[in-house]
Amino acid sequence: MSRSSSWAREALAVFGKDCLLELRTRVALGAVLLFAVTSVVASGFALAPPSGVAGEVKASLLWVIVFFAAIAGLSRVFVVEEETRTADALRLAVSPTGVFVGKLAFNIALMWALCVVTVPLYLLLLEVPVRHWSLFVTVVILGSTALACATTAVGAIVAKATMRGALFGVLAFPVALPPLLVAIHATKAAWLSEGGWRMATGDLQVLVGFMLVIVPASLLVFEHIWSE
Amino acid sequence: MNWQIELRRVGKEYNERPVLQDISASVTAPGVWTILGPNGSGKSTLLKIIAGLLTPTEGEVVYLHNGERLNAQQRRQVVGMVAPDIALYRPLTAIENLRFFARARGVRVQDGDLLSLLEQVHLRSRAHDPVATFSTGMVQRLKVLTALVHRPPVLLLDEPGSNLDEAGMEFIRHTVRVQAEHGIVIVATNDTRELDYGEPLIQLGA
Ligand SMILES: Nc1ncnc2c1ncn2[C@@H]1O[C@H](COP(=O)(O)OP(=O)(O)OP(=O)(O)O)[C@@H](O)[C@H]1O
Ligand SMILES: [Mg+2]
Repeated sequence: MSRSSSWAREALAVFGKDCLLELRTRVALGAVLLFAVTSVVASGFALAPPSGVAGEVKASLLWVIVFFAAIAGLSRVFVVEEETRTADALRLAVSPTGVFVGKLAFNIALMWALCVVTVPLYLLLLEVPVRHWSLFVTVVILGSTALACATTAVGAIVAKATMRGALFGVLAFPVALPPLLVAIHATKAAWLSEGGWRMATGDLQVLVGFMLVIVPASLLVFEHIWSE
Repeated sequence: MNWQIELRRVGKEYNERPVLQDISASVTAPGVWTILGPNGSGKSTLLKIIAGLLTPTEGEVVYLHNGERLNAQQRRQVVGMVAPDIALYRPLTAIENLRFFARARGVRVQDGDLLSLLEQVHLRSRAHDPVATFSTGMVQRLKVLTALVHRPPVLLLDEPGSNLDEAGMEFIRHTVRVQAEHGIVIVATNDTRELDYGEPLIQLGA
């Protein structure tokens, strides 16, 4: 038995463990997909015929659905360890950084799975004409990753708070608003505008910048909250 | 290899209610020590402070290796702990739990190694069953294996005998004996069957 040590290895172990748990219990995926698919289908029926609905509205609706689905499923990754009383076992075996990065990776994977199912369905049901496919795919990947970062950050910060539910809502709003707004703007550019990439470059930079700020900042806070 | 744990004037309050006050003690490997006291006297709290899971409100716990002080990360690597309120992942199987904790701790093990570990506690035939389907005594035996998967020099046991039959108790005694040949074992208990593990380190009041 040999031994190595790094937070990347720890994060990989936590990620693998959470994937396995998800495979067995399907708690998060169930919550996320059920919410997203229901909302998409409902929108498809409610807005028929979709040709009469402005692209701006469709872009906003898509990201609002993705955002709420994320909140329904992603925010609980830390709390669930406390509830199943496995948090101390994790604290004994893994550094706070390892836990945080592993959980973040799991949430990003969940978000991508959500988008793979929801986005094509949405495009189909709401008859969205996409002008710039490569840009649209980039926006979905960056936007969903940024939302995963935002919900993981807030979930980490409120993990041990007593008024968790209320606090989560209060914090999630300001944290998730910036990536949400730019993702909607960039999506409109990908669907409708002549400009395409040129119109959306600033948005994509904001999304990347947002992640570069929110991840280290919330990690810093999490390290203090998690061990005590 | 010389391991030492020092409790320096440790105190703990929960919401300003004192649970532990001014506890000082020192243990040096090898050996077994017990923390004794009635229900609610703070045994589990003290053990968690020693493990680094709780921060004391007063004083500190220091780990020394050949006189050098360990930091939080090094401490994590040398401690293994079993406690009633530290659970395993119930939807995962016995071997998946072991594999996760081994990997998380950077121990490279083959499934063969894990199966022979499970053999030691008579759980080999249940290796691929979810922990949720185990009896309390079986879970307890698996917890002990999990705590030892990285061969820690320090083993902390909180009421290790709870829910165990005579064979299970014998396994714990054996584990403690083996561990105490080189390392440190600290047992928190008020079970008379467990009192003879080692010399009392601390006797807590009510
Ligand atoms: N998380 C907590 N918040 C507030 N009080 C706590 C908490 N955990 C323990 N206590 C209190 O601290 C005291 C000591 O508890 P602890 O669990 O350490 O006792 P113990 O000696 O292990 O008891 P037992 O023999 O029943 O296991 C008790 O009065 C308990 O109510
Ligand atoms: Mg106790």
